[in-house]
Amino acid sequence: MTRVFVPRDALAIALGADEVAAAIAASCPQAMIVRNGSRGMAWLEPLVEVETQAGRIGYGPVEPGDVAGLVAAGFLAGGPHAKRIGRPEDVPFFARQTRVTFSRCGLTDPVSLDDYKALGGLSGLRRALAMDGLAIVEEVTKSGLRGRGGAGFPTGIKWRTVMGAQGPQKYIVCNADEGDSGTFADRMVMEGDPFLLIEGMIIAGIAVGATRGYVYLRSEYPQSVLTMNQAVAEAWRAGVLGPSVLGSAHAFELEIRVGAGAYVCGEETSLLDSLEGKRGQVRAKPPLPALEGFLGKPTVVNNVLSLAAVPDILAGGAAAYQALGYGRSRGTIPVQLAGNIRFGGLFEVPFGITLGELVMEIGGGTASGRPVRAVQVGGPLGAYFPPALFDTVFDYEAFAARDGLIGHGGVVVFDDTVDMAQMARFAMEFCSIESCGKCTPCRIGSTRGVEVIDKIVAGDTAQIGLLEDLCDTMKFGSLCALGGFTPYPVLSALRHFGEDFRRTQHALAAE
Amino acid sequence: MTQNASSRNVVERIAEIIAPYAGREGPAMPMLHAIQAAFGYVPEAAVPVVAQALNLSRAEVHGIVSFYHDFRHEPAGRTVLKLCRAEACQSFGADRIAAHATERLGISWHETTADGAVTLEPVFCLGLCAAAPCGMVGDRSVARLTNARLDAILEDVR
Repeated sequence: MTRVFVPRDALAIALGADEVAAAIAASCPQAMIVRNGSRGMAWLEPLVEVETQAGRIGYGPVEPGDVAGLVAAGFLAGGPHAKRIGRPEDVPFFARQTRVTFSRCGLTDPVSLDDYKALGGLSGLRRALAMDGLAIVEEVTKSGLRGRGGAGFPTGIKWRTVMGAQGPQKYIVCNADEGDSGTFADRMVMEGDPFLLIEGMIIAGIAVGATRGYVYLRSEYPQSVLTMNQAVAEAWRAGVLGPSVLGSAHAFELEIRVGAGAYVCGEETSLLDSLEGKRGQVRAKPPLPALEGFLGKPTVVNNVLSLAAVPDILAGGAAAYQALGYGRSRGTIPVQLAGNIRFGGLFEVPFGITLGELVMEIGGGTASGRPVRAVQVGGPLGAYFPPALFDTVFDYEAFAARDGLIGHGGVVVFDDTVDMAQMARFAMEFCSIESCGKCTPCRIGSTRGVEVIDKIVAGDTAQIGLLEDLCDTMKFGSLCALGGFTPYPVLSALRHFGEDFRRTQHALAAE
Repeated sequence: MTQNASSRNVVERIAEIIAPYAGREGPAMPMLHAIQAAFGYVPEAAVPVVAQALNLSRAEVHGIVSFYHDFRHEPAGRTVLKLCRAEACQSFGADRIAAHATERLGISWHETTADGAVTLEPVFCLGLCAAAPCGMVGDRSVARLTNARLDAILEDVR
């Protein structure tokens, strides 16, 4: 039997991976098909890999109609074909990465615990089980890990607060409500290496004294829901989850909860309200969720990538993780290259790479072949950067210094056909659609923002000052990042691409 | 699975659907998802049943149902076509695909074709942003959409 790998990642499936797997199964009885995670090279998906004596040989992008030709070319022995890419790890996009969190993603069957253990899985948990909670918290603190959801808050400090809080029940809640456009790293972890997240959550539970965890997973990710549920069931069966984690005195139970299409539920307090079964409205802080979180109990709320970084920190030690990075941003960041980009996908790298390297060298510029005009970093609440700022270093502080944010690491590329006044308008419109309605600057401000931008675009540029005032009010008056950060894309578009807001005025003046 | 929801049987059926979730922490969302999975939408008749189970007022349950984009108040067409409207898809032709879809179907967002075949809905990010533009046809994701690919999909579902 020859092992043939066809990804079960949502992106590969959306491009026909299921049909490709079926076609290979039908025409190659000697093939044992493994549905693996994705390597993260989107332009090659579906990427089919064949295990040969020379290592795994990739073919991509494979369409169902290609299978007959692949069989004729002897692909089961790694034979030559127009879509043969050689060893996936030799593709420059892959070779340039430092894969820590994504070290297993794409290599294994994501729901096979044996695969996971064979590649080092559970070694972080085994080490944690031999430590006390305080030592685990100190290890995570020393690693320098900061929350990968976007805020960049030190994970170890958050854990220490929950560890010190008193309560009969504490919780670990994983924020898997990855709603930012241009981001998919959480999705790839959950679909490609779900035990990593489960292991990270158990370690967090042992550290702070929590015995129960929830993953709040967005409904737009049905494949993640499927894979996570399969992995959780397998972890229960194998005694990784349950009353005695790996035979220890620690208990940890875990449940997957599915959201219902509200972007704001990615904000931790509205996520908690939604998890409790309420409208997903933002809570005022304090009290911090660390002290009064889910059902009013002490709760760690961490992003998928933060929790997924933990097993490696425990397994390899804080120093190894801390050694990677730039400034106060330690470790690696899984950057997601998306939109109009030639080589899109997941690129994990230590902090410190420049935006220009990512977009032009790694990503190869636009897919349309036209010049890059704007890059939005950090999702719908992130700033638009012009190529003139491509020397900005991927680091929380460096982006803040340029009036931007890294957010969850999404990078969306636009070519020169983009109308940046319309993108600013969309930012306000999106905020008005997704506002939870609790605070006025967000709920009303976003609607007024759309109206003001419409007036500006129609030629009334005297309204620009009003738009800036409105953004100021939203930025400082909103309860959470939805209203508070919507000004980033709006003001950056206005600042770097002001000509797009003045086209009508110029046209009128020319008449 | 979609069926008319107006009789006493419906109330009993909803009570059965939500019963397994009663002991969970914060059970409202799993209950509403289960109801929608069974009926294709959340019938008005479900509101008092859920309210009673959770010791909430009907207004509170209505508030929960109406807050979330996913929960429908009436049945959708046989196939729900969701097209991503978020930035990454916009950067690579989402507006063009959307214009093509609305023209071909003769409907706009949140509407259903007269023959009940297709409901068109916007979605904000499916996490397939490196293969834009993308969407969902029923529960199947599709990426790198083109007008021709969309036509083939619509051909299949109509």
